[in-house]
This record gives sequence, structure tokens and C-alpha cells, in this order.
Amino acid sequence: MARLHEYQGKKLLAEAGIKIPQYRVVRNVGETDEAIETVGLPAVIKAQAWTTGRASIGAIAFAGSPAEARAAVQKMLGLEIKGFPVTEVLVEEKLKITREFYLGIIIDDTNKCPRMIFSSVGGTGIEEIARAHPDKVAHALVDIRWGLRDFEARNAIRKTGVTGKLQVQLAGTAVKLYEAARKYEARSAEINPLVVVESGEIVAADCRFTVDDYAVFRHADLGIEIAREFGHPPTALDKIAYDVEKNDWRGTFYFIELARGYNKGEKYLGFHGAGGGGSMMSMDALTKRGYQIANFCDTSGNPPASKVYRAAKIILAQPNIDGYFGSGSGVASQEQFHSARGLVKAFREENISVPVVIRLGGNLEDLAIKILTEYTTDLPAPVEGYKKDDPADYCAERMQKLLAEYRPPAEKPKPRPKPMAAKPYSFKTITGKVTFDHDRCAKCESKICVEKCVPKILKLENGLPVLAITVEDAAKGKCTECLACEIECEQHGAAGGYVDLPIAGLDKYLGRT
Amino acid sequence: MDILRTRKLMSILIDQTKKVIVQGITGREGMARAKLMIEYGTTVVAGCTPGKGGETVLGVPVFDTLEEAVETIGQVDISTIFVPAPLVKDAAIEALSAGIKLLVIVPDRVPIYDVLEIAAVAKEMGAEFVGPNTLGLLSPGKAVLGMIGGSAASARNWFLPGNCGVTSRSGGITSSIAYYLSRAGVGLSSIVHVGGDAVVGLPHPEIIKKYEADPETKAVVMFGEIGGSQEETVADLIESGAVTKPIIAYIGGRGAKSGTRFSHAGAIIEGGRGTYEGKVERLKTAGAHVVENFGDIPAVTKKVLASLSGKM
Repeated sequence: MARLHEYQGKKLLAEAGIKIPQYRVVRNVGETDEAIETVGLPAVIKAQAWTTGRASIGAIAFAGSPAEARAAVQKMLGLEIKGFPVTEVLVEEKLKITREFYLGIIIDDTNKCPRMIFSSVGGTGIEEIARAHPDKVAHALVDIRWGLRDFEARNAIRKTGVTGKLQVQLAGTAVKLYEAARKYEARSAEINPLVVVESGEIVAADCRFTVDDYAVFRHADLGIEIAREFGHPPTALDKIAYDVEKNDWRGTFYFIELARGYNKGEKYLGFHGAGGGGSMMSMDALTKRGYQIANFCDTSGNPPASKVYRAAKIILAQPNIDGYFGSGSGVASQEQFHSARGLVKAFREENISVPVVIRLGGNLEDLAIKILTEYTTDLPAPVEGYKKDDPADYCAERMQKLLAEYRPPAEKPKPRPKPMAAKPYSFKTITGKVTFDHDRCAKCESKICVEKCVPKILKLENGLPVLAITVEDAAKGKCTECLACEIECEQHGAAGGYVDLPIAGLDKYLGRT
Repeated sequence: MDILRTRKLMSILIDQTKKVIVQGITGREGMARAKLMIEYGTTVVAGCTPGKGGETVLGVPVFDTLEEAVETIGQVDISTIFVPAPLVKDAAIEALSAGIKLLVIVPDRVPIYDVLEIAAVAKEMGAEFVGPNTLGLLSPGKAVLGMIGGSAASARNWFLPGNCGVTSRSGGITSSIAYYLSRAGVGLSSIVHVGGDAVVGLPHPEIIKKYEADPETKAVVMFGEIGGSQEETVADLIESGAVTKPIIAYIGGRGAKSGTRFSHAGAIIEGGRGTYEGKVERLKTAGAHVVENFGDIPAVTKKVLASLSGKM
């Protein structure tokens, strides 16, 4: 889920009409004095981090003087919380709190509607309070078509014993919070604590706001870079992968680096799954044998070969993996030869020098395994393919055997350079470019590119392959990037076909120019 | 296959008599899956793509709107939706407005508030939906909705008819459990992928209630996952007596690293639900057959089915 920092969430609350404390966000110590001038003293200093219980880890401090404020900001900017370095610190007016509540909006999966939760006791340890004192917690199910109505909020809040003007104020706040949650499509929006201050006003003292990943495209104004929950700040490779994912809607693609800084021989494997459930079981099969998972990756939901290729290239950009393991549920509905061609292209380009075990069980698995294994026999490392009747555990066992037997070349083989066509014929595809070297094509007897092209968009003209559709149609997606014109041609033809599928930022990441 | 078709086997949600429309039939996915459905035996009566009315795809007439389709060819039972995720809400509500009582929403990445709106309209219309983010459902030898099996030939080879129901939260695992059961000689009444998202139209408890009501289903295999409370609700149903048929359950995600919990609300609502250990414990206590090794599912299911016939 796309999580917002406290100050970002509070901005949305303020926009909805909920009062928030005076604040400034500082990114270096030098900005502290100016922030204090704005918010006054005493002030609260809060590290912006995606975690609960900040007070207990020194991520919240109080400052009675500018010097104390500077010291606290200095200290917090050096913190690393759950793998995330703190880069922003919130400097806020210290509220004169007389009472604390909890207020939240969450999606209720059982009732399929938003749900308001209110507790007349707020602050730290709210989960325990809710468990110990259920009478202090009230709920309201929201009809998505009407939204949360004021009387519904009052009816819920009254059940916790809150009455009078306070009940009215809190209900008004709940309605506003719901409106903010609905407008920005929050998976959850919480204020803990929601406080009453000495003047009698209700103020949001904290805020946790997560936006539905799938709705981020409708909220460009929130500036969410990656709509996904990472356990760490996105790495450069995570960002490269997310860029691929974002720009190609065909099928699912998901990549996340799970480890960094490991060395060769430490049993880290590149992992390439298909489908969440099957991937989880396949990873379990590897970890049971003592392997570490370098990355999680999922290409499923019938992705084109080009997407699987990009995924494989990104997995192989991790320099110290000892092997490449691919396995999903084992009985995929998608036509698996597409994935096989994508993998073959990546493995050949990189001259892969770590052992590969891939389970490509499912539709047209025989063809898929034939492509995967027969078209990679000349590569430095062994490539094995398995089918639906081979359990993930057996594939993990094969990986173990290969790793025990295999001696990698002393020097890592260089990737293959992009071919230069002497007489190029090119057309654009949805995410790349197909080029035929018509000099080579003229010498080719098989013309296998025309025969194997999955969308059947090629024809022969004077014995040379050309588009049978308009270049516009090819670029719009009629060319499905099945990669047959490159992979089959290299195997059975004159190696005259090449599909250029750029991955923004990858060459730079690898130090290639 | 004719023998299979004429045998009076029951199933849930789908059989060869139900009339089905395909929304987005002219697109890449819609066309490929319409082909699978038709070749497997599903009665696909029409397609719908705004602006493409009058065309014919795979011998099926295409209409601009569902209202027009229903006016022309009569009432339709089911719509399968293959339109891009941002357009799903409108497509689904259009189908519900046209009086269609079951939707199968295949696309991934449908915004959650869109799903809540669909759910609200469906409830009002007395309709149901499977998904979103579902591979679909299939009744062996009868009909398929969505993309299970990928091609009719594979679907025929992989899934055999019989008396065991399958319900799964993972698409790929739906096919693999069904295949491994069939290979072990356990036939299937229906197989359902409930969908991979947090909010789905018919979660495990609802599907299992349908299996409970289906006279031909003798036992149900459930593939659960960590997160949410679907599996715990199934345990509640067993304990309350609403579900009496044996449930063979496997919970995926045992080895998944527990993520940083960012929200209090989830913990307040779930109150300890959602974890691997919690789900296994609840299901075991309720009396479900919880299987720890995925590969053991067929053997355990066979044993459970054998003990049933022994009692009769």
C-alpha cells in the first residue's frame, strides 16, 4: 500500500476541514530555527517514518528551546527506522491536550464497505485497549453510495458514552475523515490520537494514511513514486523494475530486491515466480534447503514474452546471485512458450553463467521446455526445464545438484553486443523495435519468422520478411512482442531478426554504455 | 465428452445451460478467453464492446451496450468482464443494471473503492460476483468462465468431473490443486478461484456455502492464504453447523516475512486473525483437515472421501 508520511496525511485532513497543529517540515538542521519561529515553543519534533510506536525508539522528542529543537532534529536525521533512513522531520506546535481519542476509517473485507472505528480512549497501545475494553470502541459500517452520515457517526460515538457538544464535534470530524479517505481512496486513514485541546477544539495530533495502490493513478497530485509497500526504501533496481511494470499493462509484473550486499557463494538465488501462491510455495522449497532469496519476482496473468524478458534481465542485474530459479504454481493457464522465449532471449544476451532451473508447467509446456532447454545448450551455464508433474521441491533439489556440480568460468562472460544490421528493415512495437537484417534474411532458407510469428503480422515480399499490417497497427500492439522472429530465427534461420526492448536505466545501473 | 455432458452432474454457479456474455470480447484477453469458453462448452451468446456493435467475434454477435444485447437476444445469466481495470466499475454496473445476476470480474488492479461500489449495487440487485483478479471458475465437462485451463484441450485433459469442490485464493494454485487431484483420481464438481484481492465478491465462506448446498459435492479442498479473515469465517461456519461437509485446507504463506504493520485499525478489526498460525489453529479446532505439505492434498482428500463412502 502507498503509505503517506504523517505530515502528508495531515495536509489531506486539513484540506477536509480537520484542524491540525501548526507545523513545518525540515530536511536539515539549518531549517530548524525558522520552523521554531513558525510553530513556537514548546515544540514537538517527530521523525517521519513508517512505523508505529515512535516515542519508544527516540523518534519523537519535545523541545523547550531552539537549541533542544536543533539537537533533536540532528539526532533524528541520523536515524534509520525499519531500514528507512529518516530524511524528513516534522516540527510541530505542542498541543495542550485534555483528552485523547482514536478515530479510523478502514476497508472491511467481510462486509465489503468502509468502516468507521472510534475509541473513547486513544493514544499508544490502542490495540490492547480495544481488546481489554470493547465497550470503549464503536463501529459504523458506511454505505459507499451515501458516505458516512453525521447521525451514523453520532450513533456510534454515543455507544462509548461520549455525549453533548463533544459527541457532535467528534462526529463532524469522523465525517470529514471519511470524506478525505474516500476522496483519496484510502485503504486506511487513522488519527491516533485525536485530541481535545484546552480551547475545546478537536485536533488531529497524528495521522496514518495509506492510499490504495490500484487507485494511485487517479491521484497524481499525491506524488507517490512507487505504489507498493516495500520493507525498505525502493532500491535503484526496484525503481527500474517499477518503471517497466507501470508502462506495460499486459499481465502482472512485480519485482522487489530482498537482499543486497551479499557475496558469491553465499547461496543467494535470483527468483522468478509466476503467481503469488505458487511462488510462495516455491520459495519455501528453496529456503528449506538453505538457500536465500535475493529477490522476489512474479510474471503471471499471461504476460507477453517481452515482459518476461525484461523481468529476467532485471533479475540477472543482481551481480552476486549463485543461481536462477523459476517456478510458479506448476499448472499455468497461460501459454508457457511465451515465457520460455522471454527467458531464452535474456539468458543468451547475458551469456548466463549461473545454473538455471525453471518450472514452466502448464499450457503448451512441452513446447516451452523445448525452447528453454534446446536453445540454450551453447551457454556457459546449464539450463534445466521442468513441467507440471515435477513438484517444486524436486526442482529445488535439481538446483542444489547443479550448484554442487557446476564450476563457473573464471571470468564472468561478457554480455553479447546488440547486433548491427547491414540492411535494416525496422518497425516499432508497443514497447520496443523489431529489426530484420535483410542481408541475412536474403540468405535464409527457413523464413521461419513468418511461420512462427504468433499474431501472424509478417509476410514475404521478394523473399524478405516485412509487415503484413500497417506500421501504426504494429506499434499500437498488433505486434504482441512474442519474440519468435528473433528466437526462432537465431535457432533455425539466419539470425536476421532482433527485437530491441529497452529497459530504462538498466545499462547505466550496470555501468554499461 | 458427450457422455459427461448428458450425465446429470450438479455444480455450483456455472454449467452448460447458463447464457454468458463477454464484456470486452474484441480485446486481446477477451477474445482469447471467449475462444476457450466456447470451445469448452460454455454457452456464450453475445459480446459487448462500446463502439464495436454489429461486429461478429468467433461467431458471436457484438453489441454496443448490454441493454441492447439483452433486448435483442433475451436475458443473459452471466457476464464475464475483460476490460482494463479503470473501466471495470462501469462495465460491472452496466451488467448489473441489465439484470445480470452473476459477474466474473477477471482483471487485476481494480481500485478497491470501485469494488465496494460494485458490491453495493450487486447487493441491491440481488446479484453476485466472482473476483476481481480471478482466473475464473470451471465445472469439469460442462463449462468454464474466465481463463482456467487456458485452452479447452488443456482444461479437458487436466480436470476430471466428480464430487470434490475446490476453492482457492491463488489463481495458479486453483489449477494445480485441481490437476493434482484429478491425476490422483479425485474428480471435481467445480473449481473456483475466488480472486486475489482483499475484497472479493464471493470469498471462501460464500463459495463453501454453495458447495454445502450442492448435492453432488461431497468434500471441499480450500487453498487459503495469510491475511484477511476468510479462513477463520469458514471455521466459524463449520462450528455453527452451517457447513457439514469435510473441508481439506492448506494455508499458503507460512514462510512469508511478516510485514511492518502500519495500521492499528487492521489489528483492531482482525483481533489476531490473519496469521498463518491463527488460521491453522482455528480450522483445526473447528474440525477441518489441515494439510501442512501441499503435495499431500490429493492423498488426504482421497482418504477423507473414502471414509465418507465407508459410512454410507
